[in-house]
Amino acid sequence: MPKVKVPRKSTSVDMTAMTDVAFLLLTFFMLATQFKPDEPVTVNAPSSVAEVPIPDVDIMTITISNDSRVFFSMEGQQYKQELIQKMSALKQIPFSAEEVKAFSLMSSFGVPFSQLKTLLAVKPEERAKFNQTGIPYDSLNNELGDWIWQARLANNKVRVAIKGDQDANFPVVKRVIATLQEKKVNRFNFITNMSTETVEKE
Amino acid sequence: MSEIEGGGGGGHKKGGKPKGKKMSTRVDFTPMVDLGFLLITFFMLTTSMNKPKTMEINMPVKDVNEIDKQKVKASQAITLLLAENDQIVYYYINETTGEPETPVITNFSKGGIRATLLRKNNELLNKANNNNYDSIPILKQMYKLNQIQEDEMKKRIAGIKANKDALIVVIKADDKAKYRNLVDILDEMLICNIGRYAIVDITPIEQELIKTAMTVKPN
Repeated sequence: MPKVKVPRKSTSVDMTAMTDVAFLLLTFFMLATQFKPDEPVTVNAPSSVAEVPIPDVDIMTITISNDSRVFFSMEGQQYKQELIQKMSALKQIPFSAEEVKAFSLMSSFGVPFSQLKTLLAVKPEERAKFNQTGIPYDSLNNELGDWIWQARLANNKVRVAIKGDQDANFPVVKRVIATLQEKKVNRFNFITNMSTETVEKE
Repeated sequence: MSEIEGGGGGGHKKGGKPKGKKMSTRVDFTPMVDLGFLLITFFMLTTSMNKPKTMEINMPVKDVNEIDKQKVKASQAITLLLAENDQIVYYYINETTGEPETPVITNFSKGGIRATLLRKNNELLNKANNNNYDSIPILKQMYKLNQIQEDEMKKRIAGIKANKDALIVVIKADDKAKYRNLVDILDEMLICNIGRYAIVDITPIEQELIKTAMTVKPN
Protein backbone atom coordinates (compact mmCIF):
# COMPACT_ATOMS: atom_id res chain seq x y z
CA MET A 1 0.00 0.00 0.00
CA PRO A 2 1.50 3.24 -1.05
CA LYS A 3 1.90 5.83 1.59
CA VAL A 4 -0.03 9.01 1.13
CA LYS A 5 2.53 11.65 0.96
CA VAL A 6 1.56 14.87 2.59
CA PRO A 7 3.32 17.62 0.72
CA ARG A 8 5.57 19.53 3.00
CA LYS A 9 4.71 23.16 3.14
CA SER A 10 7.00 25.85 4.35
CA THR A 11 5.95 27.36 7.64
CA SER A 12 7.36 30.75 6.80
CA VAL A 13 4.79 33.41 6.04
CA ASP A 14 5.34 36.50 3.98
CA MET A 15 5.76 39.26 6.50
CA THR A 16 5.84 42.16 4.07
CA ALA A 17 2.15 43.01 4.22
CA MET A 18 2.12 42.86 7.99
CA THR A 19 5.15 45.10 8.21
CA ASP A 20 3.47 47.57 5.90
CA VAL A 21 0.41 47.75 8.11
CA ALA A 22 2.46 47.95 11.27
CA PHE A 23 4.51 50.84 10.02
CA LEU A 24 1.52 52.63 8.60
CA LEU A 25 -0.10 52.54 12.03
CA LEU A 26 3.16 53.50 13.63
CA THR A 27 3.44 56.57 11.42
CA PHE A 28 -0.13 57.55 12.20
CA PHE A 29 0.33 57.30 15.95
CA MET A 30 3.66 59.07 15.84
CA LEU A 31 2.11 62.01 14.06
CA ALA A 32 -1.01 62.04 16.19
CA THR A 33 0.86 61.97 19.47
CA GLN A 34 1.29 65.13 21.40
CA PHE A 35 3.46 64.71 24.38
CA LYS A 36 2.05 66.23 27.47
CA PRO A 37 4.37 68.74 29.06
CA ASP A 38 5.15 67.62 32.56
CA GLU A 39 3.06 69.65 34.90
CA PRO A 40 4.16 70.45 38.42
CA VAL A 41 0.74 69.46 39.69
CA THR A 42 -1.90 67.06 38.44
CA VAL A 43 -5.21 68.70 37.89
CA ASN A 44 -8.44 66.83 37.50
CA ALA A 45 -10.57 69.14 35.40
CA PRO A 46 -14.34 69.02 35.79
CA SER A 47 -16.38 67.65 32.94
CA SER A 48 -18.86 69.59 30.87
CA VAL A 49 -20.87 69.35 27.69
CA ALA A 50 -18.80 72.10 26.06
CA GLU A 51 -17.50 71.00 22.69
CA VAL A 52 -15.10 73.75 21.67
CA PRO A 53 -11.56 72.39 21.50
CA ILE A 54 -8.86 74.42 23.14
CA PRO A 55 -6.55 76.26 20.72
CA ASP A 56 -2.88 75.29 20.60
CA VAL A 57 -1.39 78.71 20.05
CA ASP A 58 -1.76 82.13 21.63
CA ILE A 59 -2.97 80.88 24.94
CA MET A 60 -1.94 81.24 28.53
CA THR A 61 -3.15 78.81 31.12
CA ILE A 62 -3.75 79.55 34.76
CA THR A 63 -3.85 76.31 36.69
CA ILE A 64 -5.56 76.14 40.06
CA SER A 65 -4.78 73.09 42.13
CA ASN A 66 -7.07 71.65 44.76
CA ASP A 67 -4.77 72.91 47.51
CA SER A 68 -5.25 76.52 46.37
CA ARG A 69 -1.95 76.97 44.57
CA VAL A 70 -1.89 78.88 41.30
CA PHE A 71 0.38 78.05 38.36
CA PHE A 72 1.01 79.93 35.18
CA SER A 73 2.03 78.80 31.71
CA MET A 74 2.08 80.29 28.26
CA GLU A 75 2.44 78.87 24.77
CA GLY A 76 5.20 79.90 22.39
CA GLN A 77 8.91 80.06 23.21
CA GLN A 78 9.51 83.47 21.68
CA TYR A 79 6.63 84.96 23.68
CA LYS A 80 7.94 83.41 26.86
CA GLN A 81 11.35 84.97 26.28
CA GLU A 82 9.71 88.31 25.80
CA LEU A 83 7.58 87.75 28.88
CA ILE A 84 10.51 87.00 31.18
CA GLN A 85 12.42 90.00 29.89
CA LYS A 86 9.45 92.25 30.54
CA MET A 87 8.96 90.77 33.98
CA SER A 88 12.63 91.17 34.88
CA ALA A 89 12.47 94.81 33.78
CA LEU A 90 9.34 95.32 35.88
CA LYS A 91 10.71 93.67 39.00
CA GLN A 92 14.22 94.95 38.36
CA ILE A 93 15.79 91.55 38.74
CA PRO A 94 18.16 90.83 35.84
CA PHE A 95 18.07 87.41 34.21
CA SER A 96 20.98 85.85 32.34
CA ALA A 97 20.63 84.53 28.80
CA GLU A 98 20.69 80.94 30.10
CA GLU A 99 17.92 81.68 32.55
CA VAL A 100 15.80 83.25 29.83
CA LYS A 101 16.36 80.14 27.71
CA ALA A 102 15.50 77.86 30.62
CA PHE A 103 12.34 79.85 31.25
CA SER A 104 11.26 79.63 27.62
CA LEU A 105 11.57 75.84 27.77
CA MET A 106 9.75 75.44 31.07
CA SER A 107 6.07 74.56 30.83
CA SER A 108 4.12 75.47 33.92
CA PHE A 109 5.47 77.07 37.05
CA GLY A 110 4.12 78.24 40.36
CA VAL A 111 6.65 80.11 42.45
CA PRO A 112 6.85 83.69 43.65
CA PHE A 113 9.01 85.83 41.40
CA SER A 114 11.78 85.99 43.99
CA GLN A 115 12.15 82.21 43.81
CA LEU A 116 12.05 81.95 40.04
CA LYS A 117 15.83 82.02 39.68
CA THR A 118 16.19 79.13 42.10
CA LEU A 119 13.61 77.14 40.16
CA LEU A 120 15.33 77.86 36.85
CA ALA A 121 18.66 76.71 38.26
CA VAL A 122 17.17 73.28 38.94
CA LYS A 123 17.52 70.77 36.10
CA PRO A 124 14.25 70.20 34.23
CA GLU A 125 14.21 66.52 35.25
CA GLU A 126 14.43 67.40 38.91
CA ARG A 127 11.87 70.19 38.89
CA ALA A 128 9.08 67.83 39.85
CA LYS A 129 10.70 67.50 43.28
CA PHE A 130 10.92 71.26 43.72
CA ASN A 131 8.34 72.45 46.18
CA GLN A 132 6.39 75.05 44.24
CA THR A 133 4.32 77.19 46.55
CA GLY A 134 2.17 78.81 43.89
CA ILE A 135 2.13 82.31 42.45
CA PRO A 136 0.95 84.94 44.96
CA TYR A 137 -2.45 86.26 43.93
CA ASP A 138 -3.73 88.19 46.94
CA SER A 139 -4.46 91.86 46.52
CA LEU A 140 -1.36 93.05 48.40
CA ASN A 141 1.12 91.16 46.30
CA ASN A 142 -0.65 90.23 43.12
CA GLU A 143 2.11 88.73 41.02
CA LEU A 144 -0.42 86.75 39.04
CA GLY A 145 -1.80 90.04 37.77
CA ASP A 146 1.68 91.12 36.70
CA TRP A 147 2.21 87.88 34.82
CA ILE A 148 -1.12 88.24 33.06
CA TRP A 149 -0.50 91.86 32.12
CA GLN A 150 3.04 91.28 30.87
CA ALA A 151 1.94 88.19 28.96
CA ARG A 152 -0.64 90.28 27.18
CA LEU A 153 2.04 92.83 26.34
CA ALA A 154 4.33 90.09 25.04
CA ASN A 155 1.65 88.60 22.83
CA ASN A 156 -1.37 90.76 22.21
CA LYS A 157 -3.40 87.91 20.71
CA VAL A 158 -3.14 85.78 23.80
CA ARG A 159 -6.25 84.26 25.29
CA VAL A 160 -6.69 83.17 28.84
CA ALA A 161 -7.69 79.72 29.94
CA ILE A 162 -8.38 78.71 33.51
CA LYS A 163 -7.69 75.09 34.32
CA GLY A 164 -9.05 74.42 37.73
CA ASP A 165 -9.15 71.22 39.67
CA GLN A 166 -12.73 70.19 40.24
CA ASP A 167 -12.21 70.35 43.98
CA ALA A 168 -10.52 73.74 43.94
CA ASN A 169 -12.07 76.09 46.44
CA PHE A 170 -14.31 78.73 44.96
CA PRO A 171 -12.74 81.74 46.74
CA VAL A 172 -9.47 81.04 44.92
CA VAL A 173 -11.28 80.88 41.59
CA LYS A 174 -13.11 84.07 42.48
CA ARG A 175 -9.84 85.80 43.29
CA VAL A 176 -8.28 84.68 40.00
CA ILE A 177 -11.31 85.89 38.04
CA ALA A 178 -11.19 89.21 39.90
CA THR A 179 -7.50 89.51 39.01
CA LEU A 180 -8.33 88.88 35.37
CA GLN A 181 -10.99 91.55 35.47
CA GLU A 182 -8.59 94.00 37.06
CA LYS A 183 -6.30 93.36 34.11
CA LYS A 184 -9.22 93.96 31.77
CA VAL A 185 -9.56 90.37 30.69
CA ASN A 186 -13.29 89.88 30.55
CA ARG A 187 -13.36 86.96 28.22
CA PHE A 188 -11.72 83.75 29.22
CA ASN A 189 -12.10 80.02 28.98
CA PHE A 190 -12.60 77.26 31.48
CA ILE A 191 -10.81 74.08 30.49
CA THR A 192 -13.01 71.06 30.97
CA ASN A 193 -13.04 67.42 30.04
CA MET A 194 -15.59 65.90 27.75
CA SER A 195 -18.61 64.85 29.68
CA THR A 196 -19.42 61.19 29.71
CA GLU A 197 -23.04 62.13 30.14
CA THR A 198 -24.67 62.62 26.78
CA VAL A 199 -27.26 65.27 27.02
CA GLU A 200 -30.04 65.92 24.60
CA LYS A 201 -30.07 69.68 24.54
CA GLU A 202 -33.54 70.96 24.89
CA MET B 1 10.68 31.33 11.47
CA SER B 2 14.09 32.50 10.52
CA GLU B 3 14.94 31.58 7.05
CA ILE B 4 18.34 32.47 5.88
CA GLU B 5 18.62 30.36 2.86
CA GLY B 6 22.21 29.94 2.12
CA GLY B 7 22.65 27.03 -0.15
CA GLY B 8 20.52 27.89 -3.10
CA GLY B 9 21.73 27.59 -6.58
CA GLY B 10 25.23 28.41 -7.46
CA GLY B 11 28.31 26.32 -7.22
CA HIS B 12 30.96 26.02 -9.85
CA LYS B 13 30.24 24.64 -13.24
CA LYS B 14 32.91 22.89 -15.07
CA GLY B 15 34.78 25.12 -17.42
CA GLY B 16 32.54 28.06 -16.78
CA LYS B 17 33.42 31.18 -14.99
CA PRO B 18 33.28 30.93 -11.23
CA LYS B 19 29.90 32.39 -10.48
CA GLY B 20 29.23 34.14 -7.20
CA LYS B 21 27.07 32.27 -4.80
CA LYS B 22 23.47 33.14 -5.46
CA MET B 23 22.05 34.43 -2.23
CA SER B 24 18.37 34.60 -1.58
CA THR B 25 17.05 38.15 -1.49
CA ARG B 26 14.55 37.22 1.19
CA VAL B 27 15.10 38.90 4.50
CA ASP B 28 13.55 37.84 7.71
CA PHE B 29 11.10 40.54 8.71
CA THR B 30 10.07 39.13 12.07
CA PRO B 31 12.25 41.32 14.30
CA MET B 32 11.25 44.37 12.32
CA VAL B 33 7.55 43.63 12.80
CA ASP B 34 8.19 43.03 16.47
CA LEU B 35 9.81 46.39 16.79
CA GLY B 36 7.04 48.02 14.76
CA PHE B 37 4.32 46.68 16.99
CA LEU B 38 6.25 47.54 20.11
CA LEU B 39 6.44 51.15 18.98
CA ILE B 40 2.78 51.16 17.97
CA THR B 41 1.82 49.95 21.42
CA PHE B 42 3.93 52.66 22.98
CA PHE B 43 2.45 55.45 20.88
CA MET B 44 -1.07 54.14 21.28
CA LEU B 45 -0.75 54.26 25.03
CA THR B 46 0.80 57.70 25.13
CA THR B 47 -1.61 59.31 22.67
CA SER B 48 -4.58 61.03 24.18
CA MET B 49 -7.12 61.41 21.47
CA ASN B 50 -9.64 63.68 23.08
CA LYS B 51 -8.29 67.12 23.58
CA PRO B 52 -9.54 69.06 26.55
CA LYS B 53 -12.53 71.20 25.75
CA THR B 54 -13.17 74.72 26.75
CA MET B 55 -16.08 76.77 27.90
CA GLU B 56 -16.03 80.44 27.12
CA ILE B 57 -17.10 82.96 29.70
CA ASN B 58 -17.76 86.63 29.25
CA MET B 59 -17.71 88.78 32.31
CA PRO B 60 -19.07 92.30 32.28
CA VAL B 61 -16.53 95.09 32.18
CA LYS B 62 -15.88 96.31 35.69
CA ASP B 63 -16.95 99.88 35.47
CA VAL B 64 -16.77 102.59 38.03
CA ASN B 65 -20.01 104.22 37.01
CA GLU B 66 -23.05 102.07 37.28
CA ILE B 67 -25.05 103.63 34.48
CA ASP B 68 -24.87 100.56 32.28
CA LYS B 69 -26.44 98.33 34.85
CA GLN B 70 -29.88 97.40 33.69
CA LYS B 71 -32.72 96.67 35.99
CA VAL B 72 -34.43 93.39 35.40
CA LYS B 73 -37.94 92.50 36.26
CA ALA B 74 -38.02 90.61 39.53
CA SER B 75 -40.42 88.06 38.14
CA GLN B 76 -37.95 87.18 35.42
CA ALA B 77 -34.97 86.50 37.61
CA ILE B 78 -33.92 83.52 39.62
CA THR B 79 -31.00 83.56 42.02
CA LEU B 80 -28.97 80.41 42.46
CA LEU B 81 -26.76 80.14 45.50
CA LEU B 82 -24.12 77.45 45.21
CA ALA B 83 -23.61 76.00 48.66
CA GLU B 84 -21.32 73.36 50.06
CA ASN B 85 -21.67 69.63 49.38
CA ASP B 86 -22.92 70.21 45.82
CA GLN B 87 -26.16 71.75 46.93
CA ILE B 88 -27.99 74.66 45.36
CA VAL B 89 -30.32 77.03 47.12
CA TYR B 90 -32.51 79.05 44.81
CA TYR B 91 -35.04 81.75 45.39
CA TYR B 92 -37.17 84.23 43.48
CA ILE B 93 -37.81 87.82 44.36
CA ASN B 94 -41.39 88.62 45.13
CA GLU B 95 -42.50 91.28 42.66
CA THR B 96 -44.81 93.20 44.94
CA THR B 97 -42.79 93.25 48.12
CA GLY B 98 -39.31 93.08 46.63
CA GLU B 99 -38.35 90.58 49.29
CA PRO B 100 -36.85 87.17 48.57
CA GLU B 101 -39.33 84.32 48.69
CA THR B 102 -38.71 81.15 50.64
CA PRO B 103 -35.51 79.55 49.38
CA VAL B 104 -35.58 76.00 48.06
CA ILE B 105 -32.77 73.48 48.30
CA THR B 106 -31.97 71.41 45.26
CA ASN B 107 -28.98 69.72 43.67
CA PHE B 108 -27.24 69.12 40.35
CA SER B 109 -29.19 66.01 39.41
CA LYS B 110 -31.33 65.90 36.31
CA GLY B 111 -34.55 66.35 38.19
CA GLY B 112 -33.02 69.07 40.33
CA ILE B 113 -31.93 72.42 39.06
CA ARG B 114 -32.28 71.55 35.38
CA ALA B 115 -35.95 70.73 35.71
CA THR B 116 -36.54 73.93 37.64
CA LEU B 117 -34.79 76.10 35.09
CA LEU B 118 -36.52 74.51 32.11
CA ARG B 119 -39.94 74.73 33.72
CA LYS B 120 -39.53 78.32 34.80
CA ASN B 121 -38.15 79.40 31.42
CA ASN B 122 -41.05 77.73 29.64
CA GLU B 123 -43.54 79.35 31.97
CA LEU B 124 -42.13 82.80 31.35
CA LEU B 125 -41.99 82.44 27.60
CA ASN B 126 -45.48 81.01 27.47
CA LYS B 127 -46.85 83.83 29.53
CA ALA B 128 -45.17 86.54 27.52
CA ASN B 129 -45.97 85.18 24.08
CA ASN B 130 -49.42 83.61 24.57
CA ASN B 131 -48.07 80.11 23.98
CA ASN B 132 -46.83 81.28 20.65
CA TYR B 133 -43.10 81.07 20.81
CA ASP B 134 -40.60 78.82 19.12
CA SER B 135 -39.67 75.88 21.24
CA ILE B 136 -36.31 74.26 20.69
CA PRO B 137 -37.55 70.65 20.55
CA ILE B 138 -40.12 71.65 17.93
CA LEU B 139 -37.51 73.49 15.89
CA LYS B 140 -35.24 70.45 16.00
CA GLN B 141 -38.12 68.25 14.91
CA MET B 142 -38.84 70.60 12.00
CA TYR B 143 -35.20 70.50 11.00
CA LYS B 144 -35.22 66.72 11.04
CA LEU B 145 -38.28 66.69 8.80
CA ASN B 146 -36.54 69.13 6.45
CA GLN B 147 -39.15 71.79 6.98
CA ILE B 148 -36.51 74.36 7.84
CA GLN B 149 -32.85 74.75 6.98
CA GLU B 150 -30.04 74.44 9.48
CA ASP B 151 -29.28 78.15 9.30
CA GLU B 152 -32.83 79.05 10.06
CA MET B 153 -32.96 76.63 12.98
CA LYS B 154 -29.81 78.12 14.47
CA LYS B 155 -31.13 81.62 13.96
CA ARG B 156 -34.39 80.86 15.66
CA ILE B 157 -32.72 79.05 18.55
CA ALA B 158 -30.50 82.09 19.01
CA GLY B 159 -33.68 84.15 18.96
CA ILE B 160 -35.09 82.15 21.84
CA LYS B 161 -31.90 82.60 23.82
CA ALA B 162 -31.95 86.34 23.27
CA ASN B 163 -35.67 86.63 23.95
CA LYS B 164 -36.17 89.51 26.33
CA ASP B 165 -38.82 87.64 28.25
CA ALA B 166 -36.65 84.63 28.95
CA LEU B 167 -35.34 83.67 32.34
CA ILE B 168 -32.40 85.57 33.77
CA VAL B 169 -30.17 83.62 36.09
CA VAL B 170 -28.02 85.17 38.77
CA ILE B 171 -25.33 82.80 39.97
CA LYS B 172 -23.77 83.39 43.35
CA ALA B 173 -21.32 80.94 44.80
CA ASP B 174 -20.69 80.58 48.48
CA ASP B 175 -17.11 80.43 49.73
CA LYS B 176 -17.56 76.78 50.59
CA ALA B 177 -18.51 75.88 47.04
CA LYS B 178 -16.07 74.10 44.77
CA TYR B 179 -14.90 75.06 41.32
CA ARG B 180 -16.74 72.03 39.97
CA ASN B 181 -20.05 73.54 41.09
CA LEU B 182 -19.41 76.66 39.05
CA VAL B 183 -18.59 74.69 35.92
CA ASP B 184 -21.59 72.46 36.46
CA ILE B 185 -23.99 75.35 36.76
CA LEU B 186 -22.53 77.03 33.67
CA ASP B 187 -23.05 73.72 31.97
CA GLU B 188 -26.69 73.78 32.96
CA MET B 189 -26.98 77.23 31.38
CA LEU B 190 -25.73 75.70 28.14
CA ILE B 191 -28.03 72.71 28.40
CA CYS B 192 -31.09 74.76 29.29
CA ASN B 193 -30.36 77.33 26.56
CA ILE B 194 -30.30 80.22 28.93
CA GLY B 195 -28.67 83.16 27.23
CA ARG B 196 -28.60 85.66 30.05
CA TYR B 197 -26.83 84.79 33.23
CA ALA B 198 -24.31 86.48 35.44
CA ILE B 199 -21.83 85.40 38.05
CA VAL B 200 -22.18 87.78 40.96
CA ASP B 201 -20.51 87.97 44.36
CA ILE B 202 -22.54 86.60 47.21
CA THR B 203 -23.79 88.96 49.90
CA PRO B 204 -23.74 88.28 53.65
CA ILE B 205 -27.55 88.26 53.65
CA GLU B 206 -27.54 85.43 51.16
CA GLN B 207 -24.97 83.49 53.14
CA GLU B 208 -27.38 83.72 56.06
CA LEU B 209 -30.14 82.60 53.73
CA ILE B 210 -28.21 79.45 52.88
CA LYS B 211 -27.61 78.74 56.55
CA THR B 212 -31.27 79.10 57.49
CA ALA B 213 -32.38 77.05 54.49
CA MET B 214 -30.03 74.26 55.55
CA THR B 215 -31.23 74.23 59.13
CA VAL B 216 -34.87 74.23 58.14
CA LYS B 217 -34.43 71.23 55.92
CA PRO B 218 -31.29 69.36 56.82
CA ASN B 219 -30.09 66.96 54.21
